[in-house]
Amino acid sequence: MNFERIREIIVKELRQSFREPRTRALMFIPPIIQFLVFGFVVNLDVERSKLAWYDQDNSPASRELRASFESSEYFIVTNTPSNPAELQDLMDRESVHSGVVVPPGFAEDLARGRSTRIQMLVEGTNSNTASILVNYASDIVRTYSSGRMVDLITQKRMARGGQIAKMQAPGIDLQQRVWFNPELKSRNYFIPGVAVNIITIVTLMLTAMAIVREKEIGTMEQLMVTPIKPIELMLGKTLPFAVVGLFDLTLIVILGILVFRIPFAGNAFLLLGASILFLFTTLGVGILISTVSNTQQQANLSTFFFFQPAFMLSGFAFPIRSMPEPVQWLTMVNPLRYFVEICRGVFLKGSGFDVLWPQFAALAVFGFCIITFSALRFHKRLD
Amino acid sequence: MSGPMIEVRNLTRAFGPVTAVNGISFSVARGEVFGLVGPDGAGKTTTLRMLCGLMDPTSGEMRVAGFDTVTQTEQVKDHIGYMAQKFGLYGDLTVEENMRFYADLFGITGQDCEDLMANLLKMTRMEPFRARPAAKLSGGMKQKLALMCTLLHRPQILFLDEPTNGVDPVSRRDFWAILYQLVKDGLTVMVTTAYLDEAERCDRVALMHQGKFLLMDTPQVLRESLPEVCYELRGDDMRSVRDRLRQLPSVSHVELAGNSVHVFLRAGERETELFAAVPGASFRKVLPSLEDVFISTVRNAGAARDAA
Repeated sequence: MNFERIREIIVKELRQSFREPRTRALMFIPPIIQFLVFGFVVNLDVERSKLAWYDQDNSPASRELRASFESSEYFIVTNTPSNPAELQDLMDRESVHSGVVVPPGFAEDLARGRSTRIQMLVEGTNSNTASILVNYASDIVRTYSSGRMVDLITQKRMARGGQIAKMQAPGIDLQQRVWFNPELKSRNYFIPGVAVNIITIVTLMLTAMAIVREKEIGTMEQLMVTPIKPIELMLGKTLPFAVVGLFDLTLIVILGILVFRIPFAGNAFLLLGASILFLFTTLGVGILISTVSNTQQQANLSTFFFFQPAFMLSGFAFPIRSMPEPVQWLTMVNPLRYFVEICRGVFLKGSGFDVLWPQFAALAVFGFCIITFSALRFHKRLD
Repeated sequence: MSGPMIEVRNLTRAFGPVTAVNGISFSVARGEVFGLVGPDGAGKTTTLRMLCGLMDPTSGEMRVAGFDTVTQTEQVKDHIGYMAQKFGLYGDLTVEENMRFYADLFGITGQDCEDLMANLLKMTRMEPFRARPAAKLSGGMKQKLALMCTLLHRPQILFLDEPTNGVDPVSRRDFWAILYQLVKDGLTVMVTTAYLDEAERCDRVALMHQGKFLLMDTPQVLRESLPEVCYELRGDDMRSVRDRLRQLPSVSHVELAGNSVHVFLRAGERETELFAAVPGASFRKVLPSLEDVFISTVRNAGAARDAA
């Protein structure tokens, strides 16, 4: 191996990448945009959801219920329709996410100690948000009704001339304690995944493109008649993008901590180690794609075909444990899955190598196999 | 090294059912300019690629600069320069950066590299454009830069695949002037071309058609090789003259070239019928051009195949 030649390829590669406006942009802008999008915009947390309150009863009791909805941080009453059509219209236009209908006789039923009903309409196009809303609403209603029940029993006892003392509602109080992400912020869950996403796409795409571009402009054929060895060419082509990938990763981690206040509980060097291990996989796949593509469009499409399923099955957004069992098995051969696990573990739980070693081992095995396979395919011949 | 610089025996290359190169043999001496001419798809590029070690032959033997192209590929590469049909230059790198890149890959550095680059830039009159990005060069200048990049490691043999394709006539003339200068210094050149005027500049020419060599000799011998006798006829309305002459049994074929026609009289036929067909016209006996020879040869090859 001749390090002069490798260095020469790297210098040329960096020179070209920084001179070509498209590549220059591809290296740094998408990572930052993605990061901001996931950090600011993609948010599954339900806060201050818009609620329409259709009160047909208009009693002190119904106003009290409304107050308990409004005092929670999950709902704000934005509209008070006065007929069903108006409520329907609000839902159709998505002016509100949900609506509550309090039927006439609500207060009377309660006063007589009868069970009563209210209706909740939920905009269910996003099933996740919808079920969260329903959960919040039923919590509020349950709290309200157990309060009412206590009042009622107390009143009845007083009517019978019993003790004045207010009765304690018997029941079990669930003491919740959430570990690793105590505020239950979906942002904390996403950002470590974004790091994986970005390092994958940047290194995969840039490597495949850099090699295919040489094929496209015809320099590959020219390089083949120089004394450069395939391994030198491969290293020269991948190392610059490995560096760019690690730089992007560092940027994301720092921004995540500073801008979004993501807890970083673990060891940064452990994350760096995992990233380097993971780069063998992405750079290897990048080379592999370049060996089967002759144009940049083909390379783009192939990248997409690899990345999309790998991303979906990585557990980045959709938890692996809620996938069908055969698919769960499939995720075992997805290197992204292990890196996502490592990232979350290091970021949120502060896990160390003692816990994460199986994931490290998986990444090492995948990286070794993929890079070896693609190196074997990367000849210096035209056929 | 004595002996031929390029030696090829029974070279064959098949791509699946298609035989691109079909059992060709030839040799090229030191300091020779060897031209490979033929229609698109004749197998010219495949032949060059195999000679440069970019492709393995299906069968046959090749020695370039005394080395076997299959088993001693790296030694071959040290002795050859190859300019692919679509020579790749890094458009966003300057002339100088492109040259340095290739020089470094060949391990040429320091004063040696500076001298060599200065010489090449001077020879090609490209000095003023050292700092210009390759993408912003004219077609002819790109071609010169490509040539310089292939010459940096002082190859003994230069393989050029349609080097002047799409280049204006003046730049083509320039390019050939540079080539001749290099040949004078001992370089051996093998060039493919679709331009027959370029083929005439070669020391020897091979006509390739469907993977085979139909002819191979000096341009002069080739032009004299046709059994038919060629007459040139100038005048107006040559199209109708051509159509009339084609009817004659003694004429093998007629080629229209601008405001003249070349009429090919079958071997052993007398001119009387021909001269009578266009009264008052002045017929001039000429040596057929390479183009005439190749068209006639390719046509005969087609006829022979159809008959078989």
